[in-house]
Amino acid sequence: MDKFFSMGGYAPFIWSSYGIGIGGLVVLAVISVRTLRARERELQFIGTRQKKNVINNTESCQGEGTIHES
Amino acid sequence: MHFFTKLALRHARALLWWSSALTLVLLVIGLVWGLFFSPADYQQGEMVRILYIHAPAAWMGLFAYTVMAVASAASLMGKYPLADIVAKASSPVGALFTIICLVTGALWGKPMWGAYWVWDARLTSMLILLFLYLGHIALVNAFDDYGRGARAGAILALIGFINIPIIKFSVDWWNTLHQPASITRVALPAMAMEMLLPLLVMGLAFKAYYVTLLLVRIQSEMAAVQVRASRLTQNNWTQNNRRENGR
Repeated sequence: MDKFFSMGGYAPFIWSSYGIGIGGLVVLAVISVRTLRARERELQFIGTRQKKNVINNTESCQGEGTIHES
Repeated sequence: MHFFTKLALRHARALLWWSSALTLVLLVIGLVWGLFFSPADYQQGEMVRILYIHAPAAWMGLFAYTVMAVASAASLMGKYPLADIVAKASSPVGALFTIICLVTGALWGKPMWGAYWVWDARLTSMLILLFLYLGHIALVNAFDDYGRGARAGAILALIGFINIPIIKFSVDWWNTLHQPASITRVALPAMAMEMLLPLLVMGLAFKAYYVTLLLVRIQSEMAAVQVRASRLTQNNWTQNNRRENGR
């Protein structure tokens, strides 16, 4: 096993290459997925707020209608 | 292209699941094969194992830029609304592949050539590719107007495409320290099958990773476009309401 990890004396070069390579792939994947989730959450939040605004607006219009009728 | 775009968007989640699974499986097989079962080189010894990270990263660095350039051309033709998003999604992934290629190349160069870096044609043109990627990322995000940023980025991507054949043929056109291609379409690979197979598996793993991240980033960019449009609608709606209330 020691022979495998020492990589014929080139261990620092080989393991740092694999570490940087695989580490880089993982880091970009995590950043990309987290950004996607954050944007989807924001979109959901905006959607909910817009629905609330439409309901409030409709209610206030109905209220105005009642005042005019009386 | 519209048909394929619609099809890909409709099945984006399923595609994402399959490409993620494929990436993981191929990456594990490629790494185990390359690190444990492939033989050491008769000249370079164990150092040759860097090949399984370095070469796929280099291939994908060129491939991602080609995708970016094709998408940019389509975007400038003005027919494909998703093309801008594909180009914007592709450049950070391509930049990562190029960084991995350059860093692993430097780590390979030190024990084999005696230097981390030499200004030979292959290394220098690859460094220019990284600058093109970084320039594209900076340019598309530099404008408040999304369309203007995308257009400027598309022009840069197309001009920079001239660098791709230069990288590919640099080892043939100039006398470089970097070795010529071992795998070509016109001749049999100058490499033992025991090394070629894990290399091809790692190449496929990197390609599957690229597809996965492209899908994630396309969805992310589309969500960003929707967020911007919703905010704009919201602002217009609030301004109209204020004006009406003011009257």
